[in-house]
Amino acid sequence: MLQDTWLYINTHWDLIGKLSLQHLQIIAIGNGIGVVVGVTVGILISGQGRESIADIVLYLSEIMMTIPSMALFGLLMPILAGLALPSIGYLPAIIALVAYGLLPILRNTYTGLGEVDPAMIEAGRGMGMSNRQILFKVKLPLAVPVIMAGLRNAIVLNIGIAAIAVVIGAGGLGVPIFRGIRNFRPDLILTGAIFVSILAVAVDTLLGQVEKWITPKGVKIGREE
Amino acid sequence: MRQRFSRRIVLAVLLGVLIGSTVWVTNMEILKFRPPATYQELTKRMWEHILMVGLGELIAIAVGIPLGIIVTRPKFKALSPIIIGGANIGQTLPSMAVVAIIAVVMGQFGFYPAVIALFIYGLLPIIRNSYAGINNIDPSIIESAKGMGMSRRQILRKIELPLARPVIMAGIRTSTVINVGTAALAALIAAGGMGMIILAGLLNNIPLLVLQGAAPTAALAVTLDVILEGIESLITPRGLRMRKEKG
Amino acid sequence: MIKLENVTKIYPDGTRAVNNLSLEINKGEICVLLGPSGCGKTTTMKMINRLIPITSGKIYINGEDNTKIDENELRRNIGYAIQQIGLFPHMTVEQNIMTVPVLKGWPENKRKKRAKELLELVGLDPAIYSNKYPAELSGGQMQRVGVARALGADPEILLMDEPFGAIDPITRGRLQDEFLKIQEEIKKTIVFVTHDLNEAMKMGDKIALLKDGRLVQYDTPANLLYKPKNDFVRNFVGADRALQGLRLLKVKEVMSTSPPVVKVNDDLAVAKKRIEEEKIPWLMVVDNENRFLGWINKPDLATCRQGEKVEKVVIPPTTTAFPETFLNEALSLMLSSAIGNLAIVDNKGRLKGVLTFDILREVIGKSYVGERSK
Repeated sequence: MLQDTWLYINTHWDLIGKLSLQHLQIIAIGNGIGVVVGVTVGILISGQGRESIADIVLYLSEIMMTIPSMALFGLLMPILAGLALPSIGYLPAIIALVAYGLLPILRNTYTGLGEVDPAMIEAGRGMGMSNRQILFKVKLPLAVPVIMAGLRNAIVLNIGIAAIAVVIGAGGLGVPIFRGIRNFRPDLILTGAIFVSILAVAVDTLLGQVEKWITPKGVKIGREE
Repeated sequence: MRQRFSRRIVLAVLLGVLIGSTVWVTNMEILKFRPPATYQELTKRMWEHILMVGLGELIAIAVGIPLGIIVTRPKFKALSPIIIGGANIGQTLPSMAVVAIIAVVMGQFGFYPAVIALFIYGLLPIIRNSYAGINNIDPSIIESAKGMGMSRRQILRKIELPLARPVIMAGIRTSTVINVGTAALAALIAAGGMGMIILAGLLNNIPLLVLQGAAPTAALAVTLDVILEGIESLITPRGLRMRKEKG
Repeated sequence: MIKLENVTKIYPDGTRAVNNLSLEINKGEICVLLGPSGCGKTTTMKMINRLIPITSGKIYINGEDNTKIDENELRRNIGYAIQQIGLFPHMTVEQNIMTVPVLKGWPENKRKKRAKELLELVGLDPAIYSNKYPAELSGGQMQRVGVARALGADPEILLMDEPFGAIDPITRGRLQDEFLKIQEEIKKTIVFVTHDLNEAMKMGDKIALLKDGRLVQYDTPANLLYKPKNDFVRNFVGADRALQGLRLLKVKEVMSTSPPVVKVNDDLAVAKKRIEEEKIPWLMVVDNENRFLGWINKPDLATCRQGEKVEKVVIPPTTTAFPETFLNEALSLMLSSAIGNLAIVDNKGRLKGVLTFDILREVIGKSYVGERSK
């Protein structure tokens, strides 16, 4: 079985490459949108006196996370079909990725902004910064490491979900797994499983490094203590 | 409390929509070539699903909690990077990959390979939380206990476990909810469960069938989450709940 | 009662935390281990209950080598209180206090009775506090429960590692006073670790000053102040030794017990006569039960008229002190008082004596203060 797998991999590098690329494409788009939406909403619900809205929004995203991905794809299908939108292929896949990527990013943006030392905000205000300036020059930069952690979480999660998206015809590394199951080809299954795992671990490690790199040095030293 | 109230409303609405739509579709008779699933089928698959998740979780708890705790003991501390590191990597692996690999390794499809896959995939949050739950206890509490003359076993039983209970329970909850999703995936290896219905609908392009499969699955996940959250609150020692509320 | 013989502790990386320490602590005494950070005081204390193993040397408790007893058994008979307190958050106050009695298998009613006694001892009403959780307590209250817990099974020995360290200075002072009062009742043998000189002076019957793991001087607080062995001790205790000396004396030991008094409903003429005859600038005013009401100043009497009573010109006091008050506190009070003299009253307000600056000057001026009176 392993030999078969090795053989398959060796003879199908181009296919594997193409599928990996597809996979990454979906992730990139899905998480890209997810970051924009997540951070924006996170900022919006962070203001003073918006706690009740923040509550509801955060809770909704939490519920979102509990819904199994298969189920979500399943629910999206009739909805999209009803709206006369393509119910298979990239669209539902990306929508699902955005949905699942939202909570980690949203929650981390909200928490990250909230954790900023009030002393710094006061200092900024004392220097004459407007609310908007404080947001962009003080709060966001300080919250970036936390947001980055959320993004990493979201991406790794979504690599798995993108693999499942094969069931709605989205392509990606789920394809060999799926085809392998249908046609009783363990070598295909293993190829798909191995590569999507490698992808996940590699991206996680890479993003871990980016996270460290992005954390301002002063914050890092403080954390070690 | 206001928080809890609005949460309850959101939940109620969501569950209402999910279950309502399922019931509505199941009662319809509009399709000609292939009828949507009957109540009988739905019940059968739901039961399989619950069984799969339940069994997988049970084994994961039986193995994961002791493992997570053992790694906190001084004798085995050296092993912790391996076990926790392994757990972390395991979480990174896509669930689909894990299910597929287990099926291949075991050489068969079906219910039991799925349970094994669920066990392995569900193990990780439980190990991690058991470890963290005990490790994160304020060391001065343990020192006091030791200084007062409690033996290691007494400290574990009377202090560490009660204090780690909520965190461990949270791990069980995460693991279970994730596994409801993984179990749906297991339909790919013909394991039974609600995934079978969803898959059938997806492959044959029958949106309503998909809905019949997906909505109850989502409802199951959400319901289990709520129930387990309730249990989590219940088993949190009173003194700890107060501390959390004080913030 | 506790005897340390040539105790040494060397850590695996070579650090000599404690170096050949020998010390004997008598029963019923509070021995304070004092010294700068890293001097080995906490390490020494923890070797007594074997939380830290001894590298060489022996520790005898009541004549018995402490390594010959099972370590858990040993610890159950020694009370242990640490700086971070470490109360068990998932147990009520009562359950926390009953921890060691439970370990020792005391029957339930004996345990509960003991918990109730101990709560009363540390000044917390059992009816209110027994069923509270640590999360509901203030820092000072947690500290008290910590002490009560250490006393749970009525051990003969108490080990306390900066138990009042994590509290604000005001509460700390109060807790220290209360603890000393409790000790007068229970007379335990206590090993007390602190880096705070003032706390050591106040709490210790004997102080062991440590440096780099060695014992520099083991003596009464007074001797440490007035007969320092070397420069280190002298510098550690500080240049203001004179003022430090004030901490060791109570008001009642130096006050004048027969201050010039006059009754509140006496005629002013009587007061005036007294002031002129005895050549004093002031008088203290009391009522028929000898309760202190205030002062009379000589200048105020100048404008008095025939038939007026003392109560017309009496100046009420801004502050008073008790006979048990320590001199350093009394000095602060005096500095903030309007008159500059301090009336000493009992807890019913009855006049017991007076403290003047002259008296204090005499006390400070003495180069040697006798044994601290108990």
